Amino acid sequence: MTMRTEVALAAREYHGFEAAGRRFLYMVPSAAVFGLDDTAEAVLDGLAGGKMSAAEIAVGLAGRFAEDEVLASVNELMHVHAIGEADVLQEPMAQQMPPTPFPLTTMVLNVTNQCNLSCGYCYEYGDDKIVDTENGKQSKFMSQETARQSVEFMLEESQDIETVHLTFFGGETLMNFPVLQETVAYARRRAAEMGKGIEFSLTTNATLLRPDIIEWLADNDIGVTVSIDGPKEMQDEFRVFKGGGGTYDVVVPKVRALLRRHRSRPIAARVTLTRQVLDVQRIYRHLTEEIGFWEVGFAPVTTSWTRDYAIGDKGFDTMLGQFNELAEDFLAAALENRHHGFSNVKDTIEEIHKGVSKAYPCGAGLGLRGVSTDGDVALCHRFAGSDEHKLGTVRDGVDHSLQQKFLEEHHLAHKTDCQTCWARPLCSGGCYHEAYTRYGSTTAPNLHYCEWIRSWTDTCLRIYGELAARNPDYLTIFDG
Amino acid sequence: MKHLQAINQKAARIERYVEHDVVALSGRPAGYQAPQQPDGPHIPLGCSLVFSPGWEVDRTGGTAGLCQPVERDLFDCHLGCFWPAHVPDQLNNTPDWTKNCATAQKDWRKLDLIFP
Repeated sequence: MTMRTEVALAAREYHGFEAAGRRFLYMVPSAAVFGLDDTAEAVLDGLAGGKMSAAEIAVGLAGRFAEDEVLASVNELMHVHAIGEADVLQEPMAQQMPPTPFPLTTMVLNVTNQCNLSCGYCYEYGDDKIVDTENGKQSKFMSQETARQSVEFMLEESQDIETVHLTFFGGETLMNFPVLQETVAYARRRAAEMGKGIEFSLTTNATLLRPDIIEWLADNDIGVTVSIDGPKEMQDEFRVFKGGGGTYDVVVPKVRALLRRHRSRPIAARVTLTRQVLDVQRIYRHLTEEIGFWEVGFAPVTTSWTRDYAIGDKGFDTMLGQFNELAEDFLAAALENRHHGFSNVKDTIEEIHKGVSKAYPCGAGLGLRGVSTDGDVALCHRFAGSDEHKLGTVRDGVDHSLQQKFLEEHHLAHKTDCQTCWARPLCSGGCYHEAYTRYGSTTAPNLHYCEWIRSWTDTCLRIYGELAARNPDYLTIFDG
Repeated sequence: MKHLQAINQKAARIERYVEHDVVALSGRPAGYQAPQQPDGPHIPLGCSLVFSPGWEVDRTGGTAGLCQPVERDLFDCHLGCFWPAHVPDQLNNTPDWTKNCATAQKDWRKLDLIFP
């Protein structure tokens, strides 16, 4: 790229942010993060007013910076595409497709679609369900035979992947404990025979934990995520038994017993935020300091906007404010190399550090598949059992042309609304299931939380910048 | 790079690319031979963004990549180009005409007629 100093230049796509008293650029769509020196900063500030040539910029900055320094920094900014020739259009996003068939890395087995609770907001049972698990054609529990076929399917579809992940989901997973036990033993044996590693995890509401189950979880190194919403009054707002009674008093002693015994894998709490349960700070403190979870992840409830528990615009502002406060706590801990269990911020910072730029919001249909109780394979666990989103079965394999079609149709290049958003390398339009619930289509971007995603991404970038400037050693945990 | 500091892994990769590939190539030593690189995908320049018809030749000197009827008669022809085309006035009356057309190469079918 030879620079022509008389050609008009203009800013290209990036998001600028400040951290540790310094300016940074988050490049879009490459997701690179660059720190700016004073010259580069002045060049960008100059271009903020409109297009200018490199020569004009140099004249404007003549009192402050030497001409060759200005031109050198213009050159560097052009190389990383922070600025470009004003009259040259930016190429539209190329639709680069992932290699197919894409190897399977994680499979989620819905071992049952039954649950002993009646959480009001549940997408599996509540108003927003997409699969009729009560009267539909599916079996209510996965059989051992289907589970074994699923394991074979997973090992075959994983191609050359060295370590695969098998996750149990439901319904309430522990309602099918016998199949869990047999499947883990079977999968471990089969993976060893094929020279692969295998890891297990499950999600549970913890009501059915017993001493022998806890022993089994610990002995088998099963990663456990507990769905729990916080202190008693918050947990009991939606997470109730069929009779309507709250679950807090049943769950907490069992969780404490689990945390005491199971030390080999970090145990996480997964909180569903609703309009009624939105006190992020208090929930976090309760679940970590008082109960002892290693990590807490928060997710706003997936629902149509008409529901009473849907989080409205004001609620998203409240949530964002609290996320930001908790993120500051995370930063303070990370600066001293202490652990902090706010997993939302940690996950995002890892993606920022690696410079992830996504064409798809998640692994659904890529390395992730969900399997329903009767062995139907779908995009992810949230679509398992839905005929509309079926890719095949564990017995007969999946139709890779369907998968390819899905990937073509859901590529970020097709999400028109996302093309001008600087947060798209990380968000990529958001959850397919959420989009389906809100807009009736998996291809729709989740426009209801754009503002919130951008604010939250900005917060995470700022925290990343602080860490990069003040304690870069911390970030090495994400290397490799 | 001197004025930009690569902070994350992606930035470090870009920096390596800029310094080793681009900068090194621009100051070629005597006897330097460019490494063999596969040709990129055929994307005509100029008219090129496939949607600005009217150029005489594409980047390979041929005409095959130049504007064709219908699917290539969409963008730019009503703005910067002489090529006659019936496209709506996107500046004043129908600014949202291409709203559903994220990638014109693929989505041009979504562009519909305008009825006054």
